[in-house]
Amino acid sequence: MGSTDYDTIIVGGGHNGLVCAAYLAKAGQRVLVLERRHVLGGAAVSEELHPGFTYSSCSYVVSLLRPWIIRDLELARFGLDLIPLESSFLPLPDGRSMCRWADSELTREEVSAFSRHDAEVMGEFSQAMTKIGRFVRPIIDSPAPEPSSLNPKELMTMLRLGRHFSDAKVDEMEMRLKLLTMSAVDFLDEWFESEELKSPMSVSGIIGTFLGVRSPGTAYVLLHHYMGEIDGAFRSWGFQRGGTGGVSNAIANSARHFGAEIRTEAPVERILLDGDRATGVVLQNGDELRAKQVVSGCDPRRTFLGFVGADNLPGDFVTSLKGYRFRGSSGKVNLALSRLPEFSCRPGSEHLRGDIAIAPSIEYLERAYDEAKYGTFSRRPYINVVLPSIVDPSVAPPGQHVMSCFVQYAPYDISEGAEHWPEKREAFGETVIDTLEEYIPGLRDTILHKHVLTPWDIQEEYGLTEGNIFHGELTLDQMAFQRPTSGWARYKTPIRNLWLGGSGAHPGGGLMGAPGALCARAILGKEVN
Amino acid sequence: MPRPTPLHQRTSELCTSLAFKEWAGCYAVCRYDTYHDREYYALRHQATLMDATPLYKYEVRGANAAELLSRVTVRDYSKHTIGRVSYVCWCDEHGKVLDDGTATKLADDHFRFTSADPALAWLQRNSRGLDVSVTDISRDMAAMALQGPLSREVLRPIVGSGIDKLKFFRAMPVRYALEGGDAEGVLTRTGYTGDLGYELWMDNEHAIPVYDAVMESGKPLGLLPMGLDALDVSRVEAGFLLNGVDYTSAKSAFIEKQKSTPHELGFDWMVKLEREPFVGQAAIRAEVQSGVKRRLVGLEVNWNDFEAIYESFGLAPHLTTETCRLGAPLYQDGRQVGYATSRTWSPTLKKYLALGTVAASHATPGTKLEIEVTCEYERHRAAAVVTKTPFFDPERKKA
Repeated sequence: MGSTDYDTIIVGGGHNGLVCAAYLAKAGQRVLVLERRHVLGGAAVSEELHPGFTYSSCSYVVSLLRPWIIRDLELARFGLDLIPLESSFLPLPDGRSMCRWADSELTREEVSAFSRHDAEVMGEFSQAMTKIGRFVRPIIDSPAPEPSSLNPKELMTMLRLGRHFSDAKVDEMEMRLKLLTMSAVDFLDEWFESEELKSPMSVSGIIGTFLGVRSPGTAYVLLHHYMGEIDGAFRSWGFQRGGTGGVSNAIANSARHFGAEIRTEAPVERILLDGDRATGVVLQNGDELRAKQVVSGCDPRRTFLGFVGADNLPGDFVTSLKGYRFRGSSGKVNLALSRLPEFSCRPGSEHLRGDIAIAPSIEYLERAYDEAKYGTFSRRPYINVVLPSIVDPSVAPPGQHVMSCFVQYAPYDISEGAEHWPEKREAFGETVIDTLEEYIPGLRDTILHKHVLTPWDIQEEYGLTEGNIFHGELTLDQMAFQRPTSGWARYKTPIRNLWLGGSGAHPGGGLMGAPGALCARAILGKEVN
Repeated sequence: MPRPTPLHQRTSELCTSLAFKEWAGCYAVCRYDTYHDREYYALRHQATLMDATPLYKYEVRGANAAELLSRVTVRDYSKHTIGRVSYVCWCDEHGKVLDDGTATKLADDHFRFTSADPALAWLQRNSRGLDVSVTDISRDMAAMALQGPLSREVLRPIVGSGIDKLKFFRAMPVRYALEGGDAEGVLTRTGYTGDLGYELWMDNEHAIPVYDAVMESGKPLGLLPMGLDALDVSRVEAGFLLNGVDYTSAKSAFIEKQKSTPHELGFDWMVKLEREPFVGQAAIRAEVQSGVKRRLVGLEVNWNDFEAIYESFGLAPHLTTETCRLGAPLYQDGRQVGYATSRTWSPTLKKYLALGTVAASHATPGTKLEIEVTCEYERHRAAAVVTKTPFFDPERKKA
């Protein structure tokens, strides 16, 4: 046992691992990032899978990337370049459609066609949600509180959070409690009457969970929509120019600039232990690399049951880990198109610059969920479509387009068993295309290439257990001081010198970077606001 | 993108400056020429015609129409007579002002309601248990403001001599005599300029014929089309506040400090507390008991001070011709006691005027304050005195 090769080795070159690496390197540490694949970014990745077409294979929009991370790591200088999404379009099978725009008056006009009441209440609603978004923000920007601790520092944190709550007026407090407990649909029912408005809004409550829009607890996730910020401006979503992988590359460039070393095609076999202490990693090629500490950017199951091994962990920790739910519920279909798709309900392209929701009614969404509950992918799924090539021509050849479709539900646990997903991949892709054909007649004839990702593929190719895009469901019982398990929500793990810095740690999934950054701060022993 | 009003065809032909802005989702002309001065002087000496269609407009109908307005707004509508127009504000349940507008009683069971922000949901939400229906006619009904000392002469040939009997803040049904056949509508003796003036209301389809008739009738009298820039100067002279500029609607405010009560905005005179419950009543009552904390006031900036600041740089005093909507702090004895929200040079009064909000203790007319003046990127202060509004109040307005 001699000297260590590095201060910190980071397992996994996803965006959180890279953020963590950049912060540690910036603080002067010798840092090594090990990525299994040939390309960085994990699920925040761009891949040219058909000549001339760059897919944002998994994650496809950016919104929650923390502004302080952008500033600290100087990401704009290293290639972060976000183009705002301008609209949200809902095509309907009966030929009607609704587009919500950045321009509130225009949105009002659109929504009025469905409900004049709703058109007017929308402003009030987003006002109220934005206020609450401001209350949640400090929570996602600092480590999870430790509610059982009597440490004065912890008590102060709890007090501060408590004050956020008690300072609110009664009506705001009521809204917060409702957000935490109600279903997305029930919550929206209290504000709006039009199904066509509520339906596309409610889906943001189910993204990445195995729940339906009527399941209690889904209202909270609606908030994330109102917390989206790019460049520090609230309520915006954007595309990274050149694809989402550009965000990861910007972070990687920053990390390298600060001195981190990054290796791709360097899969880790296991984490080296000395008793209950991590001392480095063993690569699949047999190389042993030593470090003072190891950070895993991978999800909790892969990290602990994979790289560490259940036998090396306390029994109760293993038990609670096994209770941590992944239940991937979504797939992804990326298409290369020979021309811009034309929706029969509204020709033209200006309403296609933002996102497009196939979510015609709440019943449609509930039916989609019903099928998933019993182990099949939805025959008519919720699809969130974006066409980044409209605003970013660099991702497709001139006149041609990239279509990215996020598809829910595609349950990891299909009734035949998850390992049978590859046999279903073709049918799954066809279902998505069939669904889209109902709105875009002739779409199929324009497809030059398709890239279908089932939850199984997301697990096998991108390393996300059970295909869950958030490293574990983002439900209330798996958030804050319970993420990934209670007692271990502060990036530390039962293995000394092993840290968890991926989306399975607080504050969770999404292209935020917060878990990686907060993990780095914890390692550096730095206090966070 | 804003949408054109039914008068856009006419106004866009006339608008040689191409200076439009968005008003309630519609295109609205800022000024027809490069400068708005000609329009302003036409307003104060002849007459002007402005497209006011973007205003939000609602029909309130039913046996309980008056009850609804009494419940939602701070005024008591139980005794309003048919044909009466009233300026009014309304509050949320905490007594904070949401918006201001007008209500016109057209029949015992029929009011027409206008607002700066959309109000349909608020009216509907508060109509539970009442026999009343609220219809949004914002996009179905056109409106134009004919203002200025000669406006009555311009209008008489079109609506008949009945106009001579129409009193200030009263409404009457009219038949507009038009070339292609008469059209029905409503005429109100109202406006946002503080001058003699009328507002003409009609269905969209009649908008252009009425506009043409008024322009034609006004031509020999020097009538000009007017945009929002000239309006903005005249409304400050008249002491009228603007939602979103001089106060923030409780609906759009993010913090309590940004909200205002009716008394803070100087709407004391329209609030009737001793009556059936209305939205915000308890909070307003509590405020009246504990004392109003701040007040919206008029201010006259001391021109000699203002000139001296510029003179010290070797410059002539400079003001934009438009009303300035950038806030400026107000001080007394070196401590900030408020802020100005709208500032304008009054070409008629030859005075530099402002509307602002100050601590109640500093709101008495005659109180001497100081206003921040930025000259050559340096901060200075000029004397400003609290003044009763309206600054400009010609007899003809009510005569």
